Amino acid sequence: MVEESGIRVVRCGGNKISFRAPIISKDSRFLLCASGDLVKVFSTSTEECVHVLEGHTGQVTGVILNPTNHLQVYSCSADGTIRLWDFIDGILIKIFVCGWPIFSIYVSEKHVGIAFITIHMESKKHGENFQLVALHLPKVPEQEVEAREMSAVLCNISSNPGSTAMGRGGEYVASVMGRQLTVYFFKKLKTYRFSLKATDKKGAKNAFTCVACHPKDDCIATGHEDGKIRLWRNFNQKKEYTYSTQHWHHDAVGTLCFTTEGMHLLSGGVESVLVQWHCEEVNKKDFLPRLGGAISHICVSPDGQMYSTSHLDNKINIIHCSLKLSAVIQGLVKGNIWTDLMIDPRTRALVMNGRPGHLQFYSLQQDKQLYSLDIVQQEYINQEGLDQFEVMRAAFSVGGTWLATVEERGRCTSDLESSLKLWVYNEKAQSFELNTTITAAHQDRIMHMCFSPSTETTMLVTTAWDNQFKVWLLGLDSDTQKEHASWSCDYVGSYHGLQPTNCCFSSDGSLLAVSFKEVVTIWSSDTWELLTTLCQPPGPIRELCFGRLSCSKYLLGTTAKNLFCWNLLTCSLEWSTPMDVCLLRSDPLSENVVAFSLHSGNTDLFVFRPSEPRPLFTQKAVCGGKVQRCVFSPREEPLDSCDERFQWLNRSRLYFLTELMELLTFSTKAEDERILNSRKQLLVDDSVAVTPFYLLLGKHRQQQEEKQNSGVSQAADRVQPPQASVAIKELLHTPAHVLPAASFLCSMFVNSLLISNTGSREGKEPAEQVEESEKEEDDSEEEMETHDYEQEVRTQGSVEEAPPLLSKAEEKELRRVRKTDFSWVTNLASS
Amino acid sequence: MGEFNVHRVRFFDYMPSAIRALAFQPQRERIAVARTDGTVEIFNRADCFFQEKVIPGRQQAATEALAWVGDRLFSAGLNGEIIEYDLDNNKTKYTIDAYGGPIWSITSNKQGTHLAVGCEDGTVKLFEVHEDRIQFERNLAKQKGRIISLSWHPSGSKIVAGMMDVIHIFDTETGQSVQRLLVDRGVGTSRSQECVVWSVVYLSDGTIISGDSAGKVKMWDSRTGTLIKSHQVTKWDVLTLSVSQDETSLAVGTSEGHVVQFQFLSMVLGQEDKEWVRTRTFKNHTHDVRAVLEVNTAIVSGGMDTQFVVRPLLDKIDERGQASALRNIQFPHRRLVSCARKAGLLLFQYPGHLELWRLGESEGNGMFGSVLTVKRKPEKLLHLKIKGEEHICCSAVSPCGGWIAYSTVASFRLYRLHCENNNVSIIKVSKLPKVLSSANQICFSSDSSHLFVASTCSSVHVAILNQSGCKFVCTLKPKSGSGQAINLLAASEDGKWLASANSDHEVQIYNLNKMKPHCTVPVHSSGVSAMAIHPTTNNLFMVHADQQLTEYSVEKKQYTDWSRQVQRHGLHSLWLERDTPVTNVTFNPKNPAHIVLHDMYMFCIIDQTLPLPDQRSQFYNQLTLRSMPEKERKKHSHAFKMCKIFKELLFVELMEDQSLVVVERPLMDITAQLPAPVRQKKFAT
Repeated sequence: MVEESGIRVVRCGGNKISFRAPIISKDSRFLLCASGDLVKVFSTSTEECVHVLEGHTGQVTGVILNPTNHLQVYSCSADGTIRLWDFIDGILIKIFVCGWPIFSIYVSEKHVGIAFITIHMESKKHGENFQLVALHLPKVPEQEVEAREMSAVLCNISSNPGSTAMGRGGEYVASVMGRQLTVYFFKKLKTYRFSLKATDKKGAKNAFTCVACHPKDDCIATGHEDGKIRLWRNFNQKKEYTYSTQHWHHDAVGTLCFTTEGMHLLSGGVESVLVQWHCEEVNKKDFLPRLGGAISHICVSPDGQMYSTSHLDNKINIIHCSLKLSAVIQGLVKGNIWTDLMIDPRTRALVMNGRPGHLQFYSLQQDKQLYSLDIVQQEYINQEGLDQFEVMRAAFSVGGTWLATVEERGRCTSDLESSLKLWVYNEKAQSFELNTTITAAHQDRIMHMCFSPSTETTMLVTTAWDNQFKVWLLGLDSDTQKEHASWSCDYVGSYHGLQPTNCCFSSDGSLLAVSFKEVVTIWSSDTWELLTTLCQPPGPIRELCFGRLSCSKYLLGTTAKNLFCWNLLTCSLEWSTPMDVCLLRSDPLSENVVAFSLHSGNTDLFVFRPSEPRPLFTQKAVCGGKVQRCVFSPREEPLDSCDERFQWLNRSRLYFLTELMELLTFSTKAEDERILNSRKQLLVDDSVAVTPFYLLLGKHRQQQEEKQNSGVSQAADRVQPPQASVAIKELLHTPAHVLPAASFLCSMFVNSLLISNTGSREGKEPAEQVEESEKEEDDSEEEMETHDYEQEVRTQGSVEEAPPLLSKAEEKELRRVRKTDFSWVTNLASS
Repeated sequence: MGEFNVHRVRFFDYMPSAIRALAFQPQRERIAVARTDGTVEIFNRADCFFQEKVIPGRQQAATEALAWVGDRLFSAGLNGEIIEYDLDNNKTKYTIDAYGGPIWSITSNKQGTHLAVGCEDGTVKLFEVHEDRIQFERNLAKQKGRIISLSWHPSGSKIVAGMMDVIHIFDTETGQSVQRLLVDRGVGTSRSQECVVWSVVYLSDGTIISGDSAGKVKMWDSRTGTLIKSHQVTKWDVLTLSVSQDETSLAVGTSEGHVVQFQFLSMVLGQEDKEWVRTRTFKNHTHDVRAVLEVNTAIVSGGMDTQFVVRPLLDKIDERGQASALRNIQFPHRRLVSCARKAGLLLFQYPGHLELWRLGESEGNGMFGSVLTVKRKPEKLLHLKIKGEEHICCSAVSPCGGWIAYSTVASFRLYRLHCENNNVSIIKVSKLPKVLSSANQICFSSDSSHLFVASTCSSVHVAILNQSGCKFVCTLKPKSGSGQAINLLAASEDGKWLASANSDHEVQIYNLNKMKPHCTVPVHSSGVSAMAIHPTTNNLFMVHADQQLTEYSVEKKQYTDWSRQVQRHGLHSLWLERDTPVTNVTFNPKNPAHIVLHDMYMFCIIDQTLPLPDQRSQFYNQLTLRSMPEKERKKHSHAFKMCKIFKELLFVELMEDQSLVVVERPLMDITAQLPAPVRQKKFAT
């Protein structure tokens, strides 16, 4: 992708899982969905991602069960291939190369060896016209085969997979486009077209949105833009066809699906209500409301026990057929992002706008939403054109104990309602709790806010369009006898009636910089005295940022044309470069500052240190369009990259959000390799659903087994633990009437559940200690000694692993030295 | 300055009455409509649903049901009587008491030999249909509770009766109840109320379909007496059912005002086993749908909101045209207003009384579209209540304003009216000629010297009016000898000609000087909905129910050139697609080439000097013409000048002083007087 340097921009998680309809396996245990260029296999009971089917090089556009083998699945992709997978083991079985980008796939058990796919009309490769073709899948032993034998079925269809459906037993195929329903009968090779009038007299919009076919009867259900559902019958007649109309949805019907036996019709739309219509009693319907965002797909498991609804906010709900929500698979919600990207210091989760009125905490490592914090605490109404509260700003304090949020309503109209909320982290509840609500904290919109990084005081600064910045302090309220502290305004500052835009604390919290149009003001955070002003016209200041660590004396500012760096010790401009910086961020763990600059439609990246106007790293055209937001996320363990150009990636990772709401990051070659190596095939026991708990247990058991195998010599001084599995098996598999009394079995059973103690104290400790020593670098000498002792014990136990004692300690020391930051040396040298 | 001063009259409180029953005669394609005031109207389906005949009702008539036996029409009502109608002369033929208390339903078998009536006392009575009368034959086994609905099996051997909570099947041979089907009551509060089986239908395959007050349409197997399927159609009552001739479609009328269609469809295409599937819902009514009919290509429904709605089934119609348009008949297709053009008086005909109003006067002239100040308010001069139970069937005021005549089925009255300033006096003309016993249509000559009374067998009685009274002159009889009643009369301005149109579509012209038939206009396939004789040219101008226009020269006994040109050229499709017939034709004495017509939604001036519009030209072009420069305006103008600025029109007439009288009856006012409909939850309210 980039120069051969081995650094590349990668898409990191957060792929849309609700792009296409998922499928549920025949036994209802797995749910498969397309996610970017992967197919993910989720467990329906535990919501965990069990497998990832990797191989496609383009967006996966359809997943469908192989009608002849329910353990296999076809997936099609925009890269022009259809792949057949064994999804239980995650094995790629076959690749059929079609050569055209595929937009959806349909199969039926009647047409063995044929897949119906939607591709572009042949004449124009990039036109808006699509056709449905029957693709013959050749039966050859090779894994990769060319499938070129295709015949057109329907022309001019919609590329949306929901607007085409296979009819009862594959007898016909129905497709909707605009205001026309087309039914093609395979046997008679006959096409029937039914059109609706553009509008009826009430101005209702009649266009079709989706179609579904009854599995047992000849009945086609179509959804319409005005929320109506029509049930078509007798559609093998030009004239005497008939339909009945049902109307519940107030907006366009998003998707339709019949249940397996055809007893019910499920529909969903913007209202985010799953509606279950009874086919026999058309007036009867059941609802499951408040499912999340607009419903985009509904799917039913082959046994009819499970439904799943996909939502536009990147969520899949798994619903039991009695309309009870049983599981939720939530991906990264990419709606409107108003807040900055933030990293929660506690969980290291990415925090940003999630569902309307919520903040989402998204684990980047697991590619999974941790939780969603309801900020607005009001019911969201799924309707266009309503003015509802939205979270506009959010900020974390340094330790992550405090979260400040700003919610607003009435941005378009003049009557703005806003409130500043401060949330405190509750250790017991493991979540944020509302501490203080300040309604109308400012007269106008709050533009920016930040917490003071100093540890002594908890302080928040907000700037707003009402030409003021306010300082909020946490303090005990003397009037009320309440125990807990709350926030109050400490200081209101302004500068010549100018509008403040940005504010930023220096890294020690002693200085506050606030930008007022072209002027940057520096305030002392102790006395709230205006220390100095810095001004570098022309153009208002866009971004403001203090340097970190050794560069903390520098203040960076950007205008539309220039990037400035001021030295605060001399109160003078250190350097400036003409550069249109659209985004500026500093890495909290190093001196590095990253700047994004939009240049001829692409965004360029610059990494530099404030101390010198020379970029450490540049990359042209990181992505198309403007980068919206970016954030540095501290790594769990630092990389030890030697290449000077990539050292800025050692301590933190940079994540950024593009115009297309893609979350991207940089990845080095070493990292890629490590990920590849660490990825192991997980073996799934058929009887147990895969959970992290299971994996943990499984590992534990494996270890035990290994130990048993290897530790023959240890067996002597160890009490043989009761065979846990044997005991339980005995208990469960013996008929009840031949079992001994429960009291007799009880102790055995309880024993089997206990984690076996190997007896010696030393045997248990080492694992812990090793881990600790890896992390903490200031181990005392004594502990080192215990280490040595342990090592001895271990060498006694097993002979094969006996590395030289001294060399290990040395190695550790070496590693520590390497990890220590010697950047101050370079600083000294430079200054 | 505007072209006409317009009197917008809104003080005619015409109130149609609710439709209670519908019956279809498939051979002659006639639909009979019974209203709650006892009126029976006959619509001709083949002739654009033109209202051919109106049989006036009477007080305390409570018609519940209608039945055709061949060409004969019977009705039965809650007064316990069965009535047969004389459709030639628009009156009742005879009345028979069924002696079973109020009658809820009447139905004939397919063979046309018997009538069955369901009575309050729980008996189903069979009447044998003879040539001229019907005769009671016997009672079927008496049940407890009233018989609400009846339906014959097409074979005639069985009859199904809907009652309270139960449906009985009777064998007509033995008269015994063969099956007893119990109908579930509604859930909730209606649990304690009896379930009324408002309607039943017996299909030839033995299926019985019932509609009940629990809102369900149920399909039963009559052999086993078991319920096959139940459809909850509404929360309220299912009031009426009607099955199509071929038994593949069923229309259901509910008290929500919806008409729901069920169709007999095969669930799997190409297979034989079929099921009744609910398909379409039509929401054309605001109130209870009391009667519904499946007529080959349309569903006809009527109910409490007094509308007669024809909803075409588009899947059975091949091409777009008059048959594919939704029709909503609200006003009668005849005049209820007559006007004294010289005296400025309006006579309004209500079922039980007449009202005479004098028009107001205004000051001077205003700009186009402006409202003139009223100098003298319109004034109600007379409120004439009729004696007896019969409703008025026709009325007229003489052009000079000196005479008023009206007729019921039983009697004819003539009054002399004196109107001096504010003193109004009315004298009944006591000595009337014996022949003037009743009238179908009344007309005065333009100089008010003659009175023309249409009587039985298309004959017209002529009488001279003078100060002393009324003197019979002679009776004009058509050459054809048709037995149908006359529904329109038109006298010429010079008093020489009289034209009469009857419901056989025949138009006769009489020479009043010779008192002899002059000629017969060639019979058109569609009935005449309005006609008038031109004051200067003596051409008879006729408008037909299918919207065709013809002009017939009385003197030359042939169609005029203009009429031939219209026939050749064809009328504009927008003109032909209008769904209400023209009910009045009048002429502009100042401009002889202008003919003024009106229907319910518009009035139109036809300028015979201008070219006819071709299919491409814009039809409603008055406003666009107004904005064009003078030269271009000439190019775009055509013979039809339409005006749609008024509300629903009952009557339009040009007065002697060039002012235009427009009698409006906004439908909003009619709806406001209806009882409140059943409450329905509307989305977002």
